[in-house]
Amino acid sequence: MNNKLRIRFEKTGRAVYVSHLDLMRTMQRAFLRAGFPLAYSEGFNPHAILSMALPLSVGMESVCELMDFRLRDPADPAVLPERLTAAMPEGIRVLEAYEPERKFAQIKWLHISGRLEYDRADPAGAARQLTALFSQEALVIVRKTKRGEGEADIRPAVREISFAPGEGQVTLQALISAQNPTLNPTHLVSAVERYLPELMPDFTVFRREALFDENMQAFR
Amino acid sequence: MDKRLERILPRVQKPARYTGGEYNQIMKDKHSVRLRMALCFPDIYEIGMSNLGMRILYGSTNEMDGVWCERAYAPWGDMEEEMRRAGVPLYALESGDPLSEFDVLGFSLGYEMAYTSVLNMLDLAGIPVRSADRPELLPLVFAGGTSCCNPEPMAEFFDLMVVGEGEEMNADVLRLLMRAKDEGWSKQTFLREAAKIGGVYVPSLYRPVYGEDGMLTGVERAGGAPERVTKRIVTDFEHSYFPENPIVPSTEIVHDRVNLELFRGCIRGCRFCQAGWAYRPVRYRSAGRSVGMGIRAVENTGYQEASLASLSTSDYPELPALCDGLLEWFEPRSVSLSLPSLRADNFSMELMDKVQRVRKSGLTFAPEAGSQRLRDAINKNVTEDALLNTCRIAFSGGWNTVKLYFMLGLPTETDEDVLAIAELADHVLHCWRTHARNKNRGVRITVSTSCFVPKPHTPFQWEPQVTMEEYLRRVKLLRDNMRAKNVTYNWHDPDTSLIEAVLSRGDRRLGPVIEAVWRDGGRLEAWGEYFSFERWMRMFARCGVDPAFYANRTRDPGERLPWDVIDLGVNKACLQREREAAYASRLTPDCRAGCAGCGAKLLMGKEFVCE
Repeated sequence: MNNKLRIRFEKTGRAVYVSHLDLMRTMQRAFLRAGFPLAYSEGFNPHAILSMALPLSVGMESVCELMDFRLRDPADPAVLPERLTAAMPEGIRVLEAYEPERKFAQIKWLHISGRLEYDRADPAGAARQLTALFSQEALVIVRKTKRGEGEADIRPAVREISFAPGEGQVTLQALISAQNPTLNPTHLVSAVERYLPELMPDFTVFRREALFDENMQAFR
Repeated sequence: MDKRLERILPRVQKPARYTGGEYNQIMKDKHSVRLRMALCFPDIYEIGMSNLGMRILYGSTNEMDGVWCERAYAPWGDMEEEMRRAGVPLYALESGDPLSEFDVLGFSLGYEMAYTSVLNMLDLAGIPVRSADRPELLPLVFAGGTSCCNPEPMAEFFDLMVVGEGEEMNADVLRLLMRAKDEGWSKQTFLREAAKIGGVYVPSLYRPVYGEDGMLTGVERAGGAPERVTKRIVTDFEHSYFPENPIVPSTEIVHDRVNLELFRGCIRGCRFCQAGWAYRPVRYRSAGRSVGMGIRAVENTGYQEASLASLSTSDYPELPALCDGLLEWFEPRSVSLSLPSLRADNFSMELMDKVQRVRKSGLTFAPEAGSQRLRDAINKNVTEDALLNTCRIAFSGGWNTVKLYFMLGLPTETDEDVLAIAELADHVLHCWRTHARNKNRGVRITVSTSCFVPKPHTPFQWEPQVTMEEYLRRVKLLRDNMRAKNVTYNWHDPDTSLIEAVLSRGDRRLGPVIEAVWRDGGRLEAWGEYFSFERWMRMFARCGVDPAFYANRTRDPGERLPWDVIDLGVNKACLQREREAAYASRLTPDCRAGCAGCGAKLLMGKEFVCE
C-alpha cells in the first residue's frame, strides 16, 4: 500500500455550493482525470480511500481544506497540485501536497474571517458594539442539537475575535475552536441575534483561513 | 457572482445546480463572440444535464466559430420563489448573464408536460412568452426536439421550430442569424429567410383554418413558406459529433455517467412508439469508433460508469465486439458498463454476465401487452416463450426481481387481453418456482400499467385514447384478477396521460390553454408536486376547449391533421397500412428482415439502402 498523502486545497467562488458528499465524488473523479487513481479499500464494497478534515458547510469559503488519501500507484507529491488543479471544477485549487505529519484529531484552532453585510446599519457603530459584545465573559446561545434545543456558552470556544468597519459591512477575524467543541461560525451570528438583535447582519459569509493545533502551531 | 444571487443560494435546496462552474463547461469571451446562445431545457438541472441530446447540441454549437452556447434550466419551486422575490432574472450557468442579454434562446422540447415550463422560463427571464409580443429580431426564441413533430400547441410561443436532429440544422439557423444581426434585418425578414432552411418551421407564416364544426380544414401560408417541412437528419452518423468532453456536474444528476450513443432510430416498428417512427431510418456508428469515443469520454470525465444509450441496444449489430472493446479497457480500471434497454427476445445471459458483474438486482421487461394477439397487433415482436425463456435463464442464474411494464387502452384491447397480463405474471412466477436457484430468497414480480397515449406520426395517430373511466375499469379488472402473493401491481394515474394525449395531438387552439395554465401557476408538471389535473380541466373549460375532441375521438383517415405540415420521412400510406395490420393482428418484420416501405430512407438520398 502506498503512503498516505495529504493535500491542502481551497474551495472558493462557485465551488462553495458543492456539498460535502458531492465534493467526495468530485475528488475521486478529479484524481482519475489527473491520472492519479485513488487506492481502494479491500472487502465486499470497495471504496476509494480518502477522508476530509472538518467537513465544510455549503456556502462557506476555505483556503485550508485538508484531504488524506492513498494513491493506487506511487507518485511524487510535488507534481500533484498543478495536475490536480487542472482537473478540478472552477473554484477548487490544490495548494500543496505532502505526507501528513499529524492526525486530523490534533486540529484544535481555526482561523476564520467573515463579512457581516449591513444594508442599513452604520458599520462603524456596529463594529464597536460587536467588539464590546464579544469581550463579555459568557455568551449563551440556544442551539438545536440531535436531542432538541439546548443552551450553550460559546465564549470559551472563541479564543480571539476582532471586528473592523468597512463599506456597508463589518469584517471579522477570529480564532475559534475547530473541534472539541466544534464552533460553527454561524453560532457567532446566533450570539448577535440574541444579544444585539438590532445588529443582525443582512448577510454573512465566512472563510476558513488556517488550521492550528492546541499550542497554536500551524497544523500540517 | 451576482450579489443578490449570493444571498439567495444558501437558502435553497441543492444550490450547486444553479451555479455552473462544473468541470468541462465551455467558457468564452463574450465580447469577442458574434452570437450568444442559451440552450434551455424546460425541466430542472438534474434532468436536463442527463439528456444526451443537450450534451450533443451544447458541444456541437460551441464548435462553431464566433458562437458561445451556454445552458439554462428551470429552477425548482424554492429557487423560483427566491429569484422572483429578489428580482433575479433567469440566467445562463456559464456566464451568469441574464437570458434577455442573449441573441438566441433554443429550447429542447421533448415532453408535453414541460410546455408550461417553457413559458415560465421565458417569463423568469423577463421575455414575453408569445412570439407576436417580441417584435425585435433579438432575442430569437426557437425550439427543437421530438415534440416539434407536432409543433402546433406551442406554435405561438416560438419564432421558429426545427424538425429533426439539430447538429447541422442549428448551425444553419445560427449562421443566418449572425448575418441578420450584422446586417440589421427585421425579424420578419429573418424569419422568411429562415423558412427556406430545410427542417425549419416558422409558425407565423402558417395560419390554420377551421370549419364551422371545429375541424381543421386547411392552412394558409405566407412568405413562400413550404407546404410541408421535412425532417433533417444526420446522414453521416459514423462521423457525427459525440461529446467526448462532457461537462461533469458537481452535484448528482439522474444519469450520472457516460452515455454512449451507438445508433439512431430503431429497426422494430412498434406501432405505438413515436420514437421508433420519428427517428427513422436507423443509422449506426461502428463499434471501433464507438469504443474509442467511450474510452475517451471516461478518461476525460473520471466517470466510473458508462451506459449504452440507444432505443433498443441489443439490436446493435456489433454489440459483442463493442462490449469486449470497452470492457477490455474498463475492467482493469474498475469502470462498469450498463445496458439500460434490453429486449426479452434476444437477451443473452453471457452478455448480462459480462456487463453486470457486480449487481444482480432486477430484470426489466416491457411486453406492453398481456396477450400474444395484442402484442402482434402493436407489432411488439416478443413472444411469451421468449420472455419466459429469458426469465428461466435469469432465475437459474440467481436473479430474483422482475419488473413487467404494460399499457392499458391499446387499440383493439379486450378484457381478455387485460386478463392475459395477470396470466403472464402467473407464468413468470411459475417459471421462478421451477427454475430458481435459491427459493429461500423469494421472488418479487412487479407489474405496472400506464394508460396508452396515441402519438402523432405513428400508425395509431388516428386512434382514440380510452377514457379515464374506462382505463380505471380495466385497472380494477386486472387488480381483481392479480391474486398471486409475490406479484405487486402498480398502475399510473390516467390524468397525466389524458393531458399528454390532448397536447401531443393538439392544434393551435391549445396555445391559450397552455398559457392560461401557466398563468395560474402551472410549471414543472412532469413532477407530481406541481402537476394539477384540476387546473388543466378548469382552463380547458375557460378557453372553450373540449379535451375529448383531441384525446378520445377517432380521427377519419381523410381528416387534415394538425401535424400534417411536418414530414418525418414516413409516408402516411405506410402508417395506414400498419394500422390495418394492427386490426388484423398481423406482424410487420423489422427493418433488417424486410423493408416495410416507410419512405424514411429517402431522407438519406436516393442511393441509400437501410442496413
